[in-house]
Amino acid sequence: MTLTVDDVKRIADLAYIEINEDEAHAALTQLSGIFGLIESMQAVDASNVEPMSHAQSVTQRLREDTVTEMDQRELFQSIAPDVEAGLYLVPKVIE
Amino acid sequence: MCNRQSEFVCYRETQFIAGNQIMQWEIVIGLEVHAQLSTRSKIFSGASTAYGAPPNTQACVIDLALPGVLPVLNKGAVERAIRFGLSVGAAINSPSIFARKNYFYPDLPKGYQISQYELPVVQGGTIQIQTESGEKIIRLTRAHLEEDAGKSLHEDFHGMSGIDLNRAGTPLLEIVSEPDIRSSAEAVAYAKTLHTLVRWIGICDGNMQEGSFRCDANVSVRPKGTEKLGTRCEIKNLNSFRFLEKAIDFEVGRQVEILEDGGVIRQETRLYDANRDETRTMRTKEDANDYRYFPDPDLLPLEISPAWIEQIGQTLPELPRARQQRYMAEFALSQYDASVLTASRETADFFEATVRHLPGHGKLCANWIMGEISGQLNKDGIEVGSCPIGPDRLATLLARIVDETISGKAAKTIFDSLWKGESGQDVDIIIAEKGLKQITDDGALETLVDQVLAANPQQVADYRGGKEKAFNSLIGQIMKATQGKANPAQVNAMLKRKLEA
Repeated sequence: MTLTVDDVKRIADLAYIEINEDEAHAALTQLSGIFGLIESMQAVDASNVEPMSHAQSVTQRLREDTVTEMDQRELFQSIAPDVEAGLYLVPKVIE
Repeated sequence: MCNRQSEFVCYRETQFIAGNQIMQWEIVIGLEVHAQLSTRSKIFSGASTAYGAPPNTQACVIDLALPGVLPVLNKGAVERAIRFGLSVGAAINSPSIFARKNYFYPDLPKGYQISQYELPVVQGGTIQIQTESGEKIIRLTRAHLEEDAGKSLHEDFHGMSGIDLNRAGTPLLEIVSEPDIRSSAEAVAYAKTLHTLVRWIGICDGNMQEGSFRCDANVSVRPKGTEKLGTRCEIKNLNSFRFLEKAIDFEVGRQVEILEDGGVIRQETRLYDANRDETRTMRTKEDANDYRYFPDPDLLPLEISPAWIEQIGQTLPELPRARQQRYMAEFALSQYDASVLTASRETADFFEATVRHLPGHGKLCANWIMGEISGQLNKDGIEVGSCPIGPDRLATLLARIVDETISGKAAKTIFDSLWKGESGQDVDIIIAEKGLKQITDDGALETLVDQVLAANPQQVADYRGGKEKAFNSLIGQIMKATQGKANPAQVNAMLKRKLEA
């Protein structure tokens, strides 16, 4: 698969990353390098290997359903840029 | 054109009038339901999920996405998903995988929602619904676990948005149906059946006002008889059955009108505005829906052992549908009665406890629970769990109708006294105090009937002369003379005998 500079721009857009033309071309070179690595790996016969969803072959530990966290709002909000009426204030977002 | 509210109705009328001359449309609907799971703590953190706390007092470091924190999966959330899967006959996937769904809004500060993409906990399954034309099976695609987002408030913060993250991280089960639904009525039947089920098996409180049970509807239309699905629109966040129905009706009308005018449907997400009873564009396909899912490296594959599934299966109660069928077989109830009584587990349990005290009178118990009890509960705005008249007391009251101590009418008077908690809620004391015991003694009744006949020679003559109406008038007077305490059937028979003698 060949990546184009438009693909890079679209991915950047979806990821909310602002990049200029030069950066887009640099990213294209780097990403294409990674795709090259993947292509090499795909040449290996892995038909007998079950796909893994995680790098470690261990399973998820579960937590009992109990409330263990107490209210620490004051502490957390002491480092927030802006708070009011217990709410975190952020630049306005409306769809 | 018709006004907007009746657009869909008009389209159907047009179809009726024009017959085969115009296109016949088939409606295709799939529903996604988000059920908030009734765990005490969040899906990936130990913060409380209790509703209504002051803003951000139940948002811990994990919910706030502070650096260096890791999610740890709540066993109770997984257990509830499995319970659901077993109750709809689905397969439980093991391993099951959690994925990141990229999403950039401050109501989920991580920049992604932890959800499931490949290998959800619940795969497949079916829901049976009751439609006008009988029973119908709606197939489920899947049900997966995910975290809810927080709430954004856009008013009163001088151009800023206020974020409350109490709800962020609350466990959700997203239940996705196949596009098997063919009308808004079927959509409502499906949603209601699901709503009953999730409460029945104790995985969700079903409180729609608080957003514990929300529906998204995928709606499309296609020419009748064709296979290819039309372009769909998704209507988001319908939090009542009525809105679900109205939003679908509006949306179908809108799509049909566009297509009949030669236009094309744009795939988009729409919002239902209840005040204007219409749906409108929220976002179009071009700028969204590439969520770039990938397995979350913070969460390991979830293994669900057959032993665990087995153990959960053993705690599943008898399901609503099984109960309906049993009520029909065991108590000779109609499908309608059986489905009303199994609308909630509490109501069904109340019914069964009542019948247990009064074996052989299922229909009488059913009538009173669906009539008097449910009417009063509605009027007082209380749940069946806090009904002031318990099953045993209701059964005692009904037993007095059965043994002919009181009439049905007197029973209603006693019911009101019981409801108000009068006379220590003792049925027999109330009967005595209010003098409601039926006159069943033939001799006493006969004296009364004779008195009434003697006082109304004209009506007696009328009846004998062929005027049937006179009979009812005489019955009325006898009942009045007995203060309603006579057994109507007995009075009827006696009067007839005397008049025809």
